[in-house]
Amino acid sequence: MAVSAAAVIGLSACAPSGSSEIDADADITEQELVVSIWADYSPDDLAERFEEETGVKVTIVNHATNEEVMAKLTAGGDSGIDVAFVSGQYAQALSEGGLLQDLDKSLIPNESNLYPEASELAYDPGNAYSMPYAWGTTGLCYRTDLMEAPTSWDDLLNPAADVTGKTTMLSTERWMALPALKALGYSVNSEDPAELEEAKAQLEETKDTLLAFDDTTFYTKLVTGEAVLTEAWDGWCNYGIAEDPNIDFVVPEEGSDLWVDTMTVLKSSENKEAAMAFVNFVLEADVQSWVAENILYKVPNKAAMDLLDPAIYEQYPNMAMTPAELLEEETIVDLGEYSTEYTRLATEIAAG
Amino acid sequence: MTTTTPVPGTPRRRGRRGLAALPFLGPGGLYLAALFVVPLVLITSYAFFQRGRFGGIVWELTLDNFVRLIDPLYLGVVANSLKVGLVVTLLALLIGYPTALAITRLSPKWRTIALVAVLLPFWTNFLVRTYAWILLFNNAGWINQALQGLGIIDEPIPMLYTEPAVVVGLLYMYLPLMILPLYSSLASRDPQLGEAATNLGASPFRVFRTVTLPLSLPGVLTGCVFVFVPAMSNFIIPELIGGGKTVLIGNLIRDQFLKARDWPFGSTLALVLTISLVVLLVAQAAVSRRLNEGKRIRKAVTGA
Amino acid sequence: MPKLGLLRLPLWLTYVFLYLPILVVVILSFNDSESLFVWKGFSLRWYPELFADSAVMAGLRNTVIVATTATVLATVLGTLMAVGIHRYTKGGLVRAFAIAPALLPDLLLGIGILSVFSLLGLTLGLHSVIMAHTVFAMAFVTAIVLARLAHLDPSLEEASRDLGATASRTFFRVTLPQLAPGIVAGALLAFTLSLDEFVIAFFTSAPTTPTLPITIYSMVRFGVTPEINALATVLLLVSVVTVIGAQRLTRTTDTTRTTDTTEAP
Repeated sequence: MAVSAAAVIGLSACAPSGSSEIDADADITEQELVVSIWADYSPDDLAERFEEETGVKVTIVNHATNEEVMAKLTAGGDSGIDVAFVSGQYAQALSEGGLLQDLDKSLIPNESNLYPEASELAYDPGNAYSMPYAWGTTGLCYRTDLMEAPTSWDDLLNPAADVTGKTTMLSTERWMALPALKALGYSVNSEDPAELEEAKAQLEETKDTLLAFDDTTFYTKLVTGEAVLTEAWDGWCNYGIAEDPNIDFVVPEEGSDLWVDTMTVLKSSENKEAAMAFVNFVLEADVQSWVAENILYKVPNKAAMDLLDPAIYEQYPNMAMTPAELLEEETIVDLGEYSTEYTRLATEIAAG
Repeated sequence: MTTTTPVPGTPRRRGRRGLAALPFLGPGGLYLAALFVVPLVLITSYAFFQRGRFGGIVWELTLDNFVRLIDPLYLGVVANSLKVGLVVTLLALLIGYPTALAITRLSPKWRTIALVAVLLPFWTNFLVRTYAWILLFNNAGWINQALQGLGIIDEPIPMLYTEPAVVVGLLYMYLPLMILPLYSSLASRDPQLGEAATNLGASPFRVFRTVTLPLSLPGVLTGCVFVFVPAMSNFIIPELIGGGKTVLIGNLIRDQFLKARDWPFGSTLALVLTISLVVLLVAQAAVSRRLNEGKRIRKAVTGA
Repeated sequence: MPKLGLLRLPLWLTYVFLYLPILVVVILSFNDSESLFVWKGFSLRWYPELFADSAVMAGLRNTVIVATTATVLATVLGTLMAVGIHRYTKGGLVRAFAIAPALLPDLLLGIGILSVFSLLGLTLGLHSVIMAHTVFAMAFVTAIVLARLAHLDPSLEEASRDLGATASRTFFRVTLPQLAPGIVAGALLAFTLSLDEFVIAFFTSAPTTPTLPITIYSMVRFGVTPEINALATVLLLVSVVTVIGAQRLTRTTDTTRTTDTTEAP
C-alpha cells in the first residue's frame, strides 16, 4: 500500500517508528491497541466486544478536546496512541504532516455501510486516511418557551432586547467566526482578509450583548434559563433537549457548516493491522447505531441509521437530517497557514 | 543572610566551601538543569523558527515572530494580565497576611490543623470547585435565587463572566500560595524581639509596624512572587468563570500552542514571559538581600 | 504569645471564603440528577457509582502515587537546595534559578518536558509525570524553607560545631529539627499542588496511565456528573480523618516556641 512521504512535523528528526507497509496476513491477535477518543463517546463494552471477536486487547483512553490530542500527536516521537478520534479538519492537518497511515480498504470492508455522501467529504475525499464516525452541523439551540423561534444568524448576532445578555456563542475560533461569516454571505472556510475584517467588526458588536463564550456548558445554561439562545452543535443541543423538551434546534437560513468526527490510524503505530480491524469493527451497524441512540449524534452509517427506532426522531428532530441536507452545508477544512488568522480574530474578540 | 562560614576570599577556604556546597546544591542543581533548563531552552528556541503550513515547525531561522509580538493586541493582553495579576496579588496579600498572622498565634496543635485546613479545599478537583463556584454565582445560581426569593432584588445580579469575577476566581485559586510562605516567615521570627519591644513600652500596633512587618518581608515577597505569575498564566479560570471574555497571557499562550498550533509564536510569548520572570526574581533577590543585610546589622547591634 | 483578638475575624472570613464552594461541592454530591447544575432531589447513588468507576479509581491511584513520590523527591531536593543557597551563596542568581520553576507557566513546562522526552525517544508514564511534578514542587519547597532559614539563629549551629560535632551531625541533629516546620509546610504545599495538577500531567503522562485531574477533565465534554463531587467529598473526608488522627497520635510540640495558653479558635 502506498506510503505518503510528506514532511515530518514536530521536532523528532527521525521518521516515526513502525513500518509503513500493511501486512494483510499479519496475526493481529499478537497486537494491542491504544485508542484515544472523547469520554463517553463510544459504547462502554466496545473494547470487550472487539477483544472477544478478534482477540486484540484494546485500551480506550480519553481526551477532552481535539487540540489536546493534537498536541500529543504532533510533539514528535511516539505518542503511544494507535487510533485517534479527531475531527475532520484535524485529520487533514495530521495527514499533511505525514503522521497518518493510509487506510487499507481491503481491511475495512464495512466502509460499504456508509452513506455515499460520506465518501465525498472535502477534508479527505474518498476517506484515504480517515473514516467518518459521527457528523453534524452547527446552529441555534434555544428555549421555545422563552423566545420566538429564530431563523437567522442575525437573531444571535444582533439580538432583540429581551434576549440580549442571555446568549452564548462558541469560543473555538472557527465556530466563533462562523455565524458572522455566514450572515455576511461568506464561506466558513474564508481566507479573505477583508471578509474576516467584516466578520470581526460584527462580532465586536455582538460581544457586548453576549452572556459568555461557552463550548461546554451552554446547554445547561439553557436548561437553567440563564441563556435563551445559544450557538450550538446539533448533537450537544440534544443533551439540552433531553433535559428540557422546550429546547429546540434550528439551522439558520444562511446555512452553516458540516463537521465530522473521524477515526485515524497513526503511522507511528506498531499495530496497524489491528487498528484497521478496529476501525472496521466500529463501522458495524450495531456499534454505530448505539452511538446514535446513546450519544444523540448522527452517524454517517446508513446501515446503522436504518436500525434506529423512529421515536428518536420525534424527540430529537435534528437526528432526522439526511446526508443530502448535511452536505448542503460547507464542510469545515483546515486552512493551513491561514488558521492563525482565525486564532488572532478570536483573541481580538475575546480581549476586546 | 546570616552565615557561619569562614571569611570569603581565602582561596583554600573557598575551595573547601565549594566542595561543602556540593551535596546541597548539586543534586537539585543537576536535576533542574536537566528537567527545567533544557526543556525551557528547547521550547523558547522555537521562537526563532517558523510554523509549518498545518502546524509543526519548519526549521528556517526567522525573527518574524518577534515582529508579530509588537502588536497592540498582544501588548494589550500583556498589560491587562499584569494589571489582573497585580490586583490578585494585592488582594491575596490583604487577606493572606492577617490570616497567616492569626495562624501563628494559635497553639501548636491548632496551628497545623489551621494550615492543613487552608490546603484541604485544594485536595478536591479544580474543575469540581470551579463548577461549584459557577453554580453559586451565576445568574440562575443559588445566591441569585436566594436573593430573588427573599425579595431583595428583582433581576439577578450578574456576578460571573466579567473581569472582576476572574480576579476573585484567581484569588480563590492562589490564596494558599500566599498564606503558606507568609506563615513560614512569620512563624520563624524570634518572639523575643516582639517581647522586648513590648517591654520597652511599644503598643501592639507599633510592635507590628516596626518588628513584625519588616521581619516578615521575605515571606511577603515570596508570597507575592508565587501568586503574581501563576495568576497571569492561568487559562482555565478566564475561560470558565470569565466566560471567555477575559484574555490573559495564559490564554494567549495556550491558544497559540494548542489552537493555532503555532508553536513558534507561542514560544515567543514564552520567551518574553521567561525573561520577565528572571528580571522579577533577580529584583526580588536584590531586595531580599538588602533586607537581610539590614537584619544582620540589627542583630549585631542588639545582640538578639 | 499574643492572643488572637481582632485577627479572629480575618481568619474566619478566609475559611468561609475557602470553604463555601466546598460546601456546595459536598451538597451537590447528593444531587439526584445527571447534570450538576440542576437540583433534582437527594440521592446517595453517586457513591456506589464512584467506587464502581474503574477509570476514576485508576486515576486516583495514579495521582496518589505521583503526588507522594514527587513530594518526597521535591522535599529532599528542595530542602538541600535551600540550605545550600542559604549557606554557600550570596547572590540572588542561584536562588532565582531554584525558585523559577514554580513560576513558569505550566503549559510551557509540560510541553517542554514532553519535547525533551520525545527528542530522546524516552517513553512516557507515571515516572515522567513524577519527574515533571518534582521540578516545580521542589521550587516551592526551596522557597518556603529559605523563608524560614532567613530567621534561624545560627548560634545553635555554631555551638554544636564548637562542641565538636561534625558537619553532618550538626546538620541532622540541629539544623533539620529547626527547619522542620518549614519543611513540613513545603511538603504539604508540594503534595497539594501535585494532587490537583492537570496541565503538566497531561503532557507528560502516557495515554494509558492518566492522573485523576486528567480523567476528570476528559469527562467535561459530556458533562461532569455528581459522581465527581462524591469523589471530592470522599477525599475530603479521608483527609480530615487522617489529619485529626495524625494530630491525636503524634503530640509533637514545636520546641522553639514558648509555652502558651492561647485558646483554640
